[in-house]
Amino acid sequence: MTSPVDIHEGLRKTGYVPDDTLATALQLSIDLRRPLLLEGEAGVGKTEIARALAQAIGARLIRLQCYEGLDAAAAIYEWNYQRQLLAIKAREHDGSAPAEVEDHIFSDTYLLRRPLLEAISQADPPVLLIDEIDRADEEFEAYLLEVLSDYQITVPELGTIEATSVPHVILTSNGTRELSDALRRRCLYSYVDFPSLERELEIVLARLPEIERALAEQITRFVAALRREDLEKVPGIAETLDWGAALIGMNVTGLSDELARVHPTLVCLLKTEADQKAITSEVASRLAGQAA
Amino acid sequence: MTACATPIAARVVGFVDHLRLNNFAVGISETRAAVELLARPGFAGLEQAHRGLKVLLSGRREEWVRFDDLFEAYWYARGRERTQDYALTHTEIKSNAPGRRMWQEHLGQAEGDGAVEAPGEGEADISGSASGRVVASDRTTRTQTDLSQFADPDEIAEAERLAYRLARAMRHRLSRRHRPHKRGRRLDMRRMIRANLKHGGEPITLVHTAPPARPVRLVVFLDVSGSMKPYSRFFLQFVKGLICTWLDADAYLFHTKLIRVTDAVRDRDSVKAMTRLALMADGFGGGTKLGASIGRFNDIYAKRALNSRSVVVVLSDGYDTGTPETLVRELGRLKRRARRLVWLNPLLGWKQYEPVTAAMTAAMPLIDHFAAANTLQALADLEPQLARL
Repeated sequence: MTSPVDIHEGLRKTGYVPDDTLATALQLSIDLRRPLLLEGEAGVGKTEIARALAQAIGARLIRLQCYEGLDAAAAIYEWNYQRQLLAIKAREHDGSAPAEVEDHIFSDTYLLRRPLLEAISQADPPVLLIDEIDRADEEFEAYLLEVLSDYQITVPELGTIEATSVPHVILTSNGTRELSDALRRRCLYSYVDFPSLERELEIVLARLPEIERALAEQITRFVAALRREDLEKVPGIAETLDWGAALIGMNVTGLSDELARVHPTLVCLLKTEADQKAITSEVASRLAGQAA
Repeated sequence: MTACATPIAARVVGFVDHLRLNNFAVGISETRAAVELLARPGFAGLEQAHRGLKVLLSGRREEWVRFDDLFEAYWYARGRERTQDYALTHTEIKSNAPGRRMWQEHLGQAEGDGAVEAPGEGEADISGSASGRVVASDRTTRTQTDLSQFADPDEIAEAERLAYRLARAMRHRLSRRHRPHKRGRRLDMRRMIRANLKHGGEPITLVHTAPPARPVRLVVFLDVSGSMKPYSRFFLQFVKGLICTWLDADAYLFHTKLIRVTDAVRDRDSVKAMTRLALMADGFGGGTKLGASIGRFNDIYAKRALNSRSVVVVLSDGYDTGTPETLVRELGRLKRRARRLVWLNPLLGWKQYEPVTAAMTAAMPLIDHFAAANTLQALADLEPQLARL
């Protein structure tokens, strides 16, 4: 059994810097074989966690992106109709009995596996990422509960398909809809917050190896100060990294010294018109002053 | 599981109980999981145990945030037994929505002994079933006003009935999912292949799907400021009717502040419901901060309360003490999340009234449907229009 330290180290090697609670959560979810529900603002790296975990434990990542109107055909399985029709036509001439044809075309060969079915029919347990579960409707959530508790899927034409391996399930939610208590109770839970200054610095250094430490420190302090401003869309970690990469590309060495050049690059952080108007060059200079 | 005899297991059971007292949704299976968790190697240390239990036992953000305090209180015996109840910020779908008669029931009591009056009408006597301390401070600021014209039981029943009809008119919108349907536009390949096996796979029998109608979500804002005072009692009843006939609805009161009242309005016990409303509406009859109130909604509730099937209904006269710019900005934010914005203005029914308040003029372009709401008839006239929204 791997201990939390191992998961921590494993994630770190993939360039993801988790905090201790998150590492514990992932560890527990693997040990107890329970799904892990991650909530948090957009841009705190929820989806990234699944990717990093898959890499860290050397498993395949299967992703199911949820959206309003997600149905069984897109989430679980679908029959390959074109091939079925061709098969029916081809068999017409050898005079097969209809029952035989039916058996044939509703066999595994004609089944298109979508993420959920795919995930439970792997030889090695994969990481199953169910992204933005709050965007799917309640029916899907109820169905998912069933899959997550029994790890089996019933296809009417084929019968019940049992899981060959139990996937590591990670669910993410942005809180656009309240999830059911039943789902919450089935899962371990972790609220992912914006990273602390130290952790974000570590992330920037890990992801942008060519960055100067002094600049990285200024960037993280600037972004932390920016998050305290009254913004519509608070910049996430990905935005910080984009911005860092942009500044490296422009050969900027310090924020306050080259504010005139830095200010236009704030488009990397500010993603709405109102936010861009709110952070004038005066505000930016004040923030840069704090960060220096 | 033999661990229950050990002292640590007993402590864990106590801890889960402690969480339950603080409104955590934890049951017996969680207790078991917690005991098992602590028996694992690597969870002996307090810090590890803390993190592990936090992940295991909390299930939503509020719980996540409070867990640390509760953990400390219990394991370090800081003596904090039960923290203050948090107001629920999420929308709970109550399967046992109270029946429509609920309002009538309330009214009977209100008229009978005056123990429960609608807020805004002098809460001096409200202390009947709940705490009297907030009421005492209310008494100094308010006097009896003449809202008795709306206390006519027939009209109350009418308001309730109207709310029900409006609710029904707006209730369903097309979903984006498909279901089998006789005259749908899309073909259901799966069912078709099955149905046409007997024709050798020739698609002779066609099977269609169509998107079914789905309930829309309703969010109601009721202005209870001073200028709305003559109407607030009546509208409260209207709102209550809407909320009680509609599973997926949310109600908010605002004056200078915004308060979520869905749970209070839905309370089965109508005496309790009205008492809670009265307590919440502290500041009834003051000024209005329309923009700021809607802004607060946008910041706190909007993400959860609104989806692409939401209809927002604002009941207000548009007299705003804030700036029109704030209102327009916040309404704009609201508009981006909701599907339709309906503004019901009681003053619009007056003959000479034009929406001339600065706030109203500024907000006009953002409103999908602007209508009068000063009489029952005006509300009834809304029905066909809302059905089209």
